[in-house]
Amino acid sequence: MKTIFEYTKGMLPEETTYCPGCTHGIAHRLIMEVLEEKELLGQTIGVAPVGCSILAHQYMDIDMCESTHGRAPAIATGIRRVHPDKIVFTYQGDGDLASIGVGEIVHAAHRGEKFTTFFINNAIYGMTGGQMAPTSLIGQKTTTSIDGRTQELSGKPLRMAEMLATIDGAVFVERVSLDSPGNIRKTKKAIKKAIEVQEKRLGFSFIEILSTCPTNWGYNPVKSLEWLRENMIPYYPLGNLICPEEVK
Amino acid sequence: MAKILVKFSEERCKGCELCISVCPVKILKLHETKINSKGYHPACVTDTDKCICCCNCAVMCPDGAISVYKKD
Amino acid sequence: MSEKVLMKGNEAFAEAAIRSGCRYYFGYPITPQNEITEYMARVLNNVGGAFVQAESELAAISMAYGGAVAGGRVLISSSSPGIALMQEGLSFIASTEVPLVIVNVSRGGPGVGAIQPGQADYYQATRGGGNGDYHLIVLAPSSIQEAVDMMPRAFAISEEYRNPVMILADGMLGQMMEPVTLPEPIQAVALEDIPKIKPWALTGTKGARPRNVIKSLYLKPELLEKNILRMQEKYDKAKKVLIEYKTDRLEDAEVVFVAYGSTARIVEEAIDLLAEDGIKAGLIRPISLWPYPYEAFDEIDSATKVLISVELSQGQMIDDVKIGSNGRYPVSLSGRVGGMLITPPEVVADAKKALGVK
Repeated sequence: MKTIFEYTKGMLPEETTYCPGCTHGIAHRLIMEVLEEKELLGQTIGVAPVGCSILAHQYMDIDMCESTHGRAPAIATGIRRVHPDKIVFTYQGDGDLASIGVGEIVHAAHRGEKFTTFFINNAIYGMTGGQMAPTSLIGQKTTTSIDGRTQELSGKPLRMAEMLATIDGAVFVERVSLDSPGNIRKTKKAIKKAIEVQEKRLGFSFIEILSTCPTNWGYNPVKSLEWLRENMIPYYPLGNLICPEEVK
Repeated sequence: MAKILVKFSEERCKGCELCISVCPVKILKLHETKINSKGYHPACVTDTDKCICCCNCAVMCPDGAISVYKKD
Repeated sequence: MSEKVLMKGNEAFAEAAIRSGCRYYFGYPITPQNEITEYMARVLNNVGGAFVQAESELAAISMAYGGAVAGGRVLISSSSPGIALMQEGLSFIASTEVPLVIVNVSRGGPGVGAIQPGQADYYQATRGGGNGDYHLIVLAPSSIQEAVDMMPRAFAISEEYRNPVMILADGMLGQMMEPVTLPEPIQAVALEDIPKIKPWALTGTKGARPRNVIKSLYLKPELLEKNILRMQEKYDKAKKVLIEYKTDRLEDAEVVFVAYGSTARIVEEAIDLLAEDGIKAGLIRPISLWPYPYEAFDEIDSATKVLISVELSQGQMIDDVKIGSNGRYPVSLSGRVGGMLITPPEVVADAKKALGVK
């Protein structure tokens, strides 16, 4: 019997407590697949955020620490200074990266910190029960924008990938999506490139991963993928914004 | 005789149906009667012979519930 | 012991940390401690360490946590308003049980306050500041030499207890220059030796050991309660083992001052002035502020009539003076606030007032 696909050894056997259809499970797996294939699991240190994925350290078989809300890029900076040779990444959600942590991510990009940030953009606050995120779309109903987000009150949603791509230290910036097997495969390719950027110590690498939150969006998992496709991708265009020659 | 074996872990499955939505040959469904210990109807294969080994289901599954093997 | 040099307090703190094997510093400029940050910027990269000027104190304490979880020996420093920003980080670091030494070169507050010295961070340092059940171990030097001697001990304590240790200095100590004998430098721990000394640190599993996880969140309250009670054992041990204080001229003293840091030196001069006026006075100088040396108050002579807590604050350590003396004496406050320093004649006047003499 030939194995065509098996769950990566980078993910621990423990079943996740993420909601049914939550794309965290896919994002976690892709990162761990890349690290396993590149034989980097034993060389990696990860920083889990505040948010649903604070539990990431229960599922990823690598050294990991928890973070205070938003501060993961600063924590990763401290880890990187002690371990210039390891692979370091942060895994952060909308609130963590685009709200409270927006200062830390900008400065990590500004300093060209040689780690990778995986930004899970699902346009809502998951763990705390569905409040509006800086990435929530105009008209999107959340528990703190009951009649739908308006530009007047809350401004237009924040496009983090575009913002960070204007900073010289951010040498690899790409936006990907988990809404279909094809896009999931492209996400894995982007993750591989981002890790290679880190291996070559070229600068800060950033991947914005459009994701779903079925529970707080109020749609079943399959409809959530459609909602992402129809509403998020037009506002958050997919593709690479900047890539160093060495990993093209 | 089916050449591809798509194995579902009934316990890990949360019945999210993402795999079902991306199978190009539409051979996946939620089991009508079986319920796992989490209370979900797990996904399963209806007609293994039609499987084209695209692995879309395994790639889509957030819970590591699907493995794919090819018989020699 | 090595050479005696004339040094500014802030620079001496930094040099002492480096000689204690510290190789990582993350800081943000704030008066009156900038010489620590600048010294580290000049020196650390040349001794195989790393300096980062963070974008804020929020980032600096987070970088310090990162360096600490990775197994590095880390120093950070700030002054009162910056320390306020670091409170969440300090609670987090105590809860994750990683070591850290933090220097507060404190200044007048509240708010943005003064740039001159203050001692109004006592509550912040000893009563929490961050959320939840934890303590900082707090040491208060009163001379640059004492601070320099304290530094290797501070790192050792923080690593033994896996808890942050705060050196509560003040702007006067940070800015003054005094002759100081620096300790012999100790070898910094090599990167490859970190797993031996700190097996809990995040150094990469290398496929040779189970993963290390450093965490603070406990979704099951039974587990968090258990963890807090286990951490309490460390604090109980600290209360027995880390008490430090000095006393001076307690014999036959009518008035006993309680003061820490540079204020204690002002009080020493006041004691001399009172002696000229025929009034015997003594001093209890706590060096460990947490755990507080309550037992020092058992050494007070039967002749003593009053206690005076002398602080550059509206009265913060006075609470601990009252606890330690347990109602046996009237306790009053002497001090100045807002960055003002109290002078020996003012302390004398307060003592005479407390004694009811002219």
